[in-house]
Amino acid sequence: MAQKQYGTATVEVDAEGFMADFLQWTRDVAAAIAKEEGIAELTAAHWKVIDYIHKEFKENGQVPSIRKLNKSGVISTKELYDLFPGGPAKKAAKISGMKKPEGCV
Amino acid sequence: MSDKIKKVSIIISKGGLDGVYPGLIMANGARMEGIEANLFFTFFGMDAIIKKRMGKIKIATVGNPGMHMPSLLGILPGFSAFATKMMLKTMDKLDIPPVPEYVEMIADAGGKFYACKATVDMFGLKKEDFCPQVDSIINVGKFYEISAGGEIIFT
Repeated sequence: MAQKQYGTATVEVDAEGFMADFLQWTRDVAAAIAKEEGIAELTAAHWKVIDYIHKEFKENGQVPSIRKLNKSGVISTKELYDLFPGGPAKKAAKISGMKKPEGCV
Repeated sequence: MSDKIKKVSIIISKGGLDGVYPGLIMANGARMEGIEANLFFTFFGMDAIIKKRMGKIKIATVGNPGMHMPSLLGILPGFSAFATKMMLKTMDKLDIPPVPEYVEMIADAGGKFYACKATVDMFGLKKEDFCPQVDSIINVGKFYEISAGGEIIFT
């Protein structure tokens, strides 16, 4: 398992840079991963998505799908694609410290 | 690693649930990976973007060897509707939306929808018959123009 340095934090990551241990996740780590993914700054809208992902993960052990994010009223599909350009589900999961999503939808 | 795919143009030519879903799933999956996606609907695949039809697409229970059952059963009244209901229920659990919602989702994700001119003429359809996500009715030449520089997938 590879390690990555984000500021003062060292985190375990898989081959594609997804965090292996959520306990190592912090808001600063999230901001650093976001920068790597081409998102210069995490706005309130980004955090709304990240917070919801964490809530769902704690409650169901699953990262919510794009459809669920839309249906739950957290964020529309359009906005989600704008916030996380070039692959919203994967990028949001990565920044949230989650494993890579496996589903097709 | 070799060059990444940047753009796909997917042709959906077959009707029925098993005809339209693969293309929709591939288009949505493309957008999820940041790949540009165009959808071109032709022949019976067009049901997926016709306002009156898109919510009523069923799975064929007759002459469909994939159903693993005798076609004689499939002719029973209501059987196709029943099989469709069961299948949609399972798909909903997997977060695969029904066709109208899927079309909306793919369009919101930035996928582009086109209807085939030849089929439109053949079936006597008009732009108003299509769901609002349909960008335009185009001919084959225009389709190739739009698809330039990407992969073309026929389903």
